[in-house]
Amino acid sequence: MELLLALTVGVLYAAGVYLLLRRSLVKLVIGLVLLGHAANLLIMAAGRVSAGVPPIIPAGATALTPPHADPLPQALVLTAIVIGFGVQAFALVLLKRAYQVAGTDDLDALHTTDT
Amino acid sequence: MLLVLPILVPFFCAATSLLAWRSLTAQRLCGVAGAVGLLASGVALFAAVQRAGILVVQVGNWPAPFGITLVADVLSAVMVLLTGVIAVAVAVFALGSLDGRRERFGYHALVQVLLMGVCGAFLTGDLFNLYVWFEVMLIASFALLALGGERAQLEGAVKYVTLNLVSSAVFLAAAGITYGVTGTLNFADLAHRLAAAPHPGVGLTLAMLLLVAFGIKAAIFPLFFWLPASYHTPPVAVTTLFSGLLTKVGVYALIRVFTLVVPLTAVTQPLLLTVAGLTMVTGVLGAIAQHEMRRLLAFHVVSQIGYLLMGLGLASPLGLAGAVYFMVHVTLAKSALFLVSGIVQRLRGSFELDRLGGLWRDHPYVSLLFLVPALALAGIPPLSGFWAKLLLLQAGLAAAHWWVTATALAVSLLTLFSMTKIWAAAFWAAAPPGVPGAALTRRQWLLLGGPAAGLGLLTVLMGVAADPAIGLAQRAAAQLLDPSAYVAAVLGRP
Repeated sequence: MELLLALTVGVLYAAGVYLLLRRSLVKLVIGLVLLGHAANLLIMAAGRVSAGVPPIIPAGATALTPPHADPLPQALVLTAIVIGFGVQAFALVLLKRAYQVAGTDDLDALHTTDT
Repeated sequence: MLLVLPILVPFFCAATSLLAWRSLTAQRLCGVAGAVGLLASGVALFAAVQRAGILVVQVGNWPAPFGITLVADVLSAVMVLLTGVIAVAVAVFALGSLDGRRERFGYHALVQVLLMGVCGAFLTGDLFNLYVWFEVMLIASFALLALGGERAQLEGAVKYVTLNLVSSAVFLAAAGITYGVTGTLNFADLAHRLAAAPHPGVGLTLAMLLLVAFGIKAAIFPLFFWLPASYHTPPVAVTTLFSGLLTKVGVYALIRVFTLVVPLTAVTQPLLLTVAGLTMVTGVLGAIAQHEMRRLLAFHVVSQIGYLLMGLGLASPLGLAGAVYFMVHVTLAKSALFLVSGIVQRLRGSFELDRLGGLWRDHPYVSLLFLVPALALAGIPPLSGFWAKLLLLQAGLAAAHWWVTATALAVSLLTLFSMTKIWAAAFWAAAPPGVPGAALTRRQWLLLGGPAAGLGLLTVLMGVAADPAIGLAQRAAAQLLDPSAYVAAVLGRP
């Protein structure tokens, strides 16, 4: 399972970076979304993957017995997903406005503010 | 309570100005009140830290490594105070310079959200919480940058948003790996955990990830290209706020993690110093090549970041003290210069050096407002920049890092050259024919000139009262270099 997750994360990073390097505005925003997903999955993988061992103290016991899942990475990922959603929604609107105002989706044509 | 105020005051004012969406007067009032309130809470926090040492709040009473911790040591308190000063200056300047359309679309609320994010980033003691504050700050800055919807603004915003989102993704990955390796995200708890981590390479990996993530936000070489492409596009009030605060948050985060979480090693120290030198050089060379006031100043922001990085890279008490003193100095001086560029634009209708001129004859006071921070930035004694550079050069010589010290000296000379370029073209040269000469009302002079004069005065004060200011910077540096007091204050045990 961890190997599968690691491979997925790697593929997502590669695809995200590749799309960021393309000239199209649409591919740019898809690349950003993929990078965000890659980071989220990376947190999940780094926080140990375990199945079927919820961190709940059984009735009668006073402490957790060791193999148990860590709930914190999931809380982190949940926060990151919500933040990422907001930011990516803004990026989509911004790119749409930029496309409407500039009349092109070619990033190489958006160079008037460069020096 | 004092620790939460710099976050709560802007939050409250942002919410109020959103509720008062229809009333421009109420929103303006909220904007100014929020800035003044932030300055007041910054002063109170600063006084409390001076009196009682490191302040700590465990949010929700969750004990230290488990909950979110807010910490204020000397560096954090100074940065929050500085944020308050810049916020007030920009709030007043915005009243006199901003067009009503931008204000009606939520300018004041966005500025307050930005201030909240900046103060949160300065005060948090938790790596993931820092990520959250960064995002709060970023989303507000995205909207502020694009607010107005001019073509140049949108083009600049595309680059700014893209690179900052990449930086956030890298930061998030670093936070996830940190938790996976150490099982904690609390700065104080991390201080001794990462050194004892089972895989020695992990520390270096994290250091590089964090360097890239914060380096993009701080605009270090070679990750700074978004800054000169975007900072000159929004109105001057927004540019001043960004150049004063946003890159400094990146540098603050670098200082925090490279003193506390991943201390400098034989690999990272030379790397930081090399990057520092290259940042100084590329920034100032870019500035010299420009013919537009705001673009020139934007490149200077990059150049000055190099000096801050040099102080961090030297990792000596004197070097870090120099970095802290320099950070305050450059924030004040650079903000004053940006505000003056706004006044010049008001008077002459342009930022292009070719189309300016004759300002010394027509407006000697405006020229003075430019001259003082410009000389301070170039490092002319007895202004603040002189002491800042003196500290860094002394630290560089003491640590025998000759190359970066020589670079800092040479770049200082080039800084003076580029400042004289603006001075000669815009102020001293005769005005080219057909230059419009707008007149400002008394109210506009007060609202536009007042903040610039106040910030200029502060750079003079920092230079004249250099001894207490440097003493303060040295106390901040001592706390950074010996984190035991920080760790003890947060975790409640030595």
